[in-house]
Amino acid sequence: MLGQLETTYVQYLSPEGKLSVAGHAVWNQLSAEMKISFYRWMSFVRMFDRRSVILQRQGRIGTYAALEGQEAAQVGSALALSKEDWIFPSYREHGVAMIAGMPLSQIFLYWMGRVEGCKPPEGVRLLPPSVPIATQIPHAVGAAWASKLKKETSVAVAYFGDGATSEGDFHEACNFAGVFRVPAILFCQNNGYAISVPFSRQSASPTVAEKAKAYNFPGIRVDGNDVLAVYDVMKQAIERARAGEGPTLIEAVTYRKGPHTTADDATRYRPASEVEEWVKHKDPLTRYTRLLKAEGLLSDAEEREWEAECKAQIDSAIKEAESSVPAPPEHLFAHVYAKLTPNELRQQQQLRKRGGRR
Amino acid sequence: MKQLTMVQAICDGLRVALDQDPSVLILGEDVGKNGGVFRATEGLWNEFGDDRVIDTPLAEAGIIGTSIGLAVNGFKPVAEIQFMGFIYPAFEQIVTHAARLRTRTQGAFPASLVIRAPYGGGIRAPELHCDSTESLFVHIPGLKVVTPATPKDAKGLLLAAIQDPDPVIYLEPMKLYRSIKEEVPEGWYEVPIGKARKVREGEDITLIAWGTMVPVAEGAAKELEKKGVSCDLIDLRSLYPLDEETIIQSVKKTGRVVIVHEAPKTAGLGAELTALINEHAFLYLEAPVTRVTGYDAPVPMFALEDDFRPSVSRVSEAVQQVLAF
Ligand SMILES: Cc1ncc(C[n+]2csc(CCOP(=O)(O)OP(=O)(O)O)c2C)c(N)n1
Repeated sequence: MLGQLETTYVQYLSPEGKLSVAGHAVWNQLSAEMKISFYRWMSFVRMFDRRSVILQRQGRIGTYAALEGQEAAQVGSALALSKEDWIFPSYREHGVAMIAGMPLSQIFLYWMGRVEGCKPPEGVRLLPPSVPIATQIPHAVGAAWASKLKKETSVAVAYFGDGATSEGDFHEACNFAGVFRVPAILFCQNNGYAISVPFSRQSASPTVAEKAKAYNFPGIRVDGNDVLAVYDVMKQAIERARAGEGPTLIEAVTYRKGPHTTADDATRYRPASEVEEWVKHKDPLTRYTRLLKAEGLLSDAEEREWEAECKAQIDSAIKEAESSVPAPPEHLFAHVYAKLTPNELRQQQQLRKRGGRR
Repeated sequence: MKQLTMVQAICDGLRVALDQDPSVLILGEDVGKNGGVFRATEGLWNEFGDDRVIDTPLAEAGIIGTSIGLAVNGFKPVAEIQFMGFIYPAFEQIVTHAARLRTRTQGAFPASLVIRAPYGGGIRAPELHCDSTESLFVHIPGLKVVTPATPKDAKGLLLAAIQDPDPVIYLEPMKLYRSIKEEVPEGWYEVPIGKARKVREGEDITLIAWGTMVPVAEGAAKELEKKGVSCDLIDLRSLYPLDEETIIQSVKKTGRVVIVHEAPKTAGLGAELTALINEHAFLYLEAPVTRVTGYDAPVPMFALEDDFRPSVSRVSEAVQQVLAF
């Protein structure tokens, strides 16, 4: 399946929650723990996301990039990674970040405009959100290259959107990845729009996946709202990478249910009927919950219990972030260099003495 | 005349240009159907159509590179870079080609285009959306760089930029997009590039500012007035070319200068202004030229941005120090 240029995509779980034949095979190989894990993470991520939007409305965090609708693409791909793997995200990958081990309170800090929120705990190989589009993709290729040079088994993944495929950085990263056959996964969440601009204005190719052909490595298109398919496709790409078989471009076809960020109004450019189709009929969490319930792996009571648990964790992370002591003004000089130059030291001293604001 | 905010005045300027000059094209990310993320192109796509108000792929080098080609072959592109912090993929195109094509083709194929970019902080924007890197462009011969501080200047400077035969970087202070409304003349009018605006006449000290820092310097001037200090406040408007005459005349009158900019201090435009004043008015100076600027650190995320950006009180303190020198 890998390497085929399909305009259709890999799908194991239909929007109605029914497994395909291939889906059954994948499903049967999953542990019960894994099966429930997909649900728990998707539901957790969604609750986090909805809460963040509310926090923004309340003025408790800044402009926020919601991911609702993209949970399966993020959870499915991130759960296929190991602790040793490197992650180079964009600004919408909170779900990936949590799974990688970024504490929730840190993620909140980031959206509160605090740089401390960029730093992952020891042992978490996650870079801060890359705000300039596509710029993180070459970094992932470089990190993957390093593991190859060091003969390590870790892979590196770059997360980016469909709009990012128009930037030179995307193409240069693909080219390096192909030329040096590095263990990188270029994971595109094609949610159909770059802010207001539809994919048809980004590219004359009908898909992102087919671009891999020109760089001579596999490109695979997957239903990004099908967590099982995303997980499986990602797992195969990671295995290929670890086996020294080079990079893979994955296009996860998905949809952001809400606006681009809390500062955007998506009704200006997306027809209501299209949004409704995705929200009502293609939702990644609804689909997977249906399957779990049909398989007798999740009850309504367990669902409520889990949601209560998520809420408690999110509440406590917000509390932690909001009660974290603000950095003093002179903190803006911390870490500018490994060792500050006399000029920075002098300015830092002035700022400390005078204080900021006012 | 209508009361307009700066962003409305910019939109009005673009509408007038599209209407009166058939060679004008608007291109950029989200400038069409969405009307721009700040609504600076609101309604223009509907009015002038997809061939003149163009949503491009997400690629700054592509936007500016193709604009250069469009310019060479007869159009007047007005390209939008969504935020100044995202202009860097196009840096090569701007520095190597837009700035030099006139020289390199000995006048045959100049790159006559306008690049609009919102810039500056103060609006709690996400990371990397708030830089003020005007100096990078002021430093490049062949480019003109302007930034308005009022709605009226915004429209007039924009039309002057569109009329200009050379590439103009037109920087839009986001913080001022909606903070002031004023009467803006209808139709085509120009605010000449290279002419500063006198915001206030004063005797004791010259304040020089531009863009987002004009209201800050003005706030300081008002505060100082109560203490009996009268400030001569210059809004540069044009960062390149500089209005040397207005600057030097003012310095000769007051003998004291405070320059205010949001960009970091080192190699900021304040350094150039200081050198210029030394060259032309050294003997008139009663005190060293002083700068109030952003610090020499990456523009912090918004929790610390108010500590980074010059404030009214920082400017007032600097003025008092200069007066006490
Ligand atoms: C280099 C660069 N140009 C422009 C922007 C402004 N911008 C922020 S997000 C965005 C659209 C990105 O779309 P896409 O890559 O599809 O990702 P999505 O937001 O849909 O996840 C744009 C144009 C930016 N952040 N970086």
